[in-house]
Amino acid sequence: MLLIEDKQIVVPGEILAEGDFHSGRGTFKDADKVCSSLVGLVAVRDKKISVIPLQSKYIPKRGDVVIGKISDIRFSMWNLDINSPYSGILPAAEVFGKEKRELNRAFDVGDVLFLRVVDVDEVKKVKLGLKGRGLGKFRGGILIHITPTKVPRLIGKKGSMINMIKDQTKCEVVVGQNGVVWVKGKPEMERIVQKVIKTIEEEAHTSGLTDRIKNMLFELLGEKTEKTEKTNKEEDFEEELIQ
Amino acid sequence: MVQSIVPQIIKESVVNLIQKGERADGRALDQYREISLETGIIKKAEGSARVKIGKTQIVVGAKPQIGEPFPDTPNVGVLITNSELLPMAAPNFEAGPPNETSVELARVTDRCIREGEVLDLEKLVIIPGKKVWMIFLDLHIVDYDGNLMDAAVLGSLAALSNTKIPSTTIEGDEVVIDYEKMVPIPIKEQPLMCTLAKIGGELVADPSLEEDDVLDARISIGLRVDGSICAMQKGGSVPLTREEILKSIEIAQEKTKELRKSIPKE
Repeated sequence: MLLIEDKQIVVPGEILAEGDFHSGRGTFKDADKVCSSLVGLVAVRDKKISVIPLQSKYIPKRGDVVIGKISDIRFSMWNLDINSPYSGILPAAEVFGKEKRELNRAFDVGDVLFLRVVDVDEVKKVKLGLKGRGLGKFRGGILIHITPTKVPRLIGKKGSMINMIKDQTKCEVVVGQNGVVWVKGKPEMERIVQKVIKTIEEEAHTSGLTDRIKNMLFELLGEKTEKTEKTNKEEDFEEELIQ
Repeated sequence: MVQSIVPQIIKESVVNLIQKGERADGRALDQYREISLETGIIKKAEGSARVKIGKTQIVVGAKPQIGEPFPDTPNVGVLITNSELLPMAAPNFEAGPPNETSVELARVTDRCIREGEVLDLEKLVIIPGKKVWMIFLDLHIVDYDGNLMDAAVLGSLAALSNTKIPSTTIEGDEVVIDYEKMVPIPIKEQPLMCTLAKIGGELVADPSLEEDDVLDARISIGLRVDGSICAMQKGGSVPLTREEILKSIEIAQEKTKELRKSIPKE
């Protein structure tokens, strides 16, 4: 018996269902009851119940692509802040191979990188790598932070949301699974993207979001379309970095 | 406070915006964030205030206590300011003994309140040389989003204006405290502080957290109601020119007038 509705907000300990149900993420089973273990929105898929937290911290997972900033340089590796309780390490061998070079010539403290999580071990030591298309150091642009659980919503179904933003604003947008978003384009466009992304974060749980964001983009861009149409031809920002 | 590492690209984007006369949150260069001020929020303290500038939030409490004056100043009361950067206010605030930021904040606030003559310390004397009121001003930074100093002075002023001390009578050598009859603390002046940050060669008022992290230099100016200066503090590694200092005083005089409107009239 289901005791809650889909997309309802629940608190830890709240009984979500009794009887024949599976416990998904953010829930636990107590005898035949499924209970929530955090504050969030319920998602019911057939017999599986999960709770999507309203806010969360990023827990590294192998294969994720993340955006991190270099916080320290050690003898043979860089330490990175990946917006998570666990810090990441980037071994020098990942960048130079067998060659020996000075680390701070390649990346210095304060640089922002686009990386892949190569491995997470049992003590949550996060090993990062730069091998892959589009991975590397960012130059210019701005950073926007959102809650990691809202990342799927920002990307949309098969990238529908993010591609719409990219097309409309002619900005390069890179989303890390850890909730850090990098945007580069014309400064006024960067601001618009920032506004739009913050709206998506706030309204991630509502339905029909893509259409509303579309309207919002048209509204925000309305005043600037004339200007941008002229310059579009000169500077055509291509999306180089697609995750 | 451990200095937070600011990505180079954030610094560049903040500087570029400011050089074009814009700011990341859409404010004008000399515009403050929204200010809110509540007084009397702590029942256990004789005076208290909560001040918010944008997302920066400080809770100020004033506790009077009877004590002995310092031997070199037997005829004035005592004012002690202390600040606490709570670890919940920012990821880079750590628990433990006060650090540079915390001490600087407490001292600058103390200077502005003391030299701005908010309190008539001479009126706090009960028995000269023996018994005086000591006022402990405690600043608790609950949320940090840049520009602590302006918020701290504004909050301190509000908390002191809100403070009531019990009346005292002297019987023989004994001091009798009458908790039934509380009197407001004598307030003389209302100084306020305005902080300006130099970023990319421009002066901006009320720096946000991002701006606080990337600023080249900052100057905090404490001003009395008549516009005279009572305190000043410069921070950051880059020097300020004479023109810049004079310009910042001008801006501060303008801005403190605005800030003054947020003080509740009693």
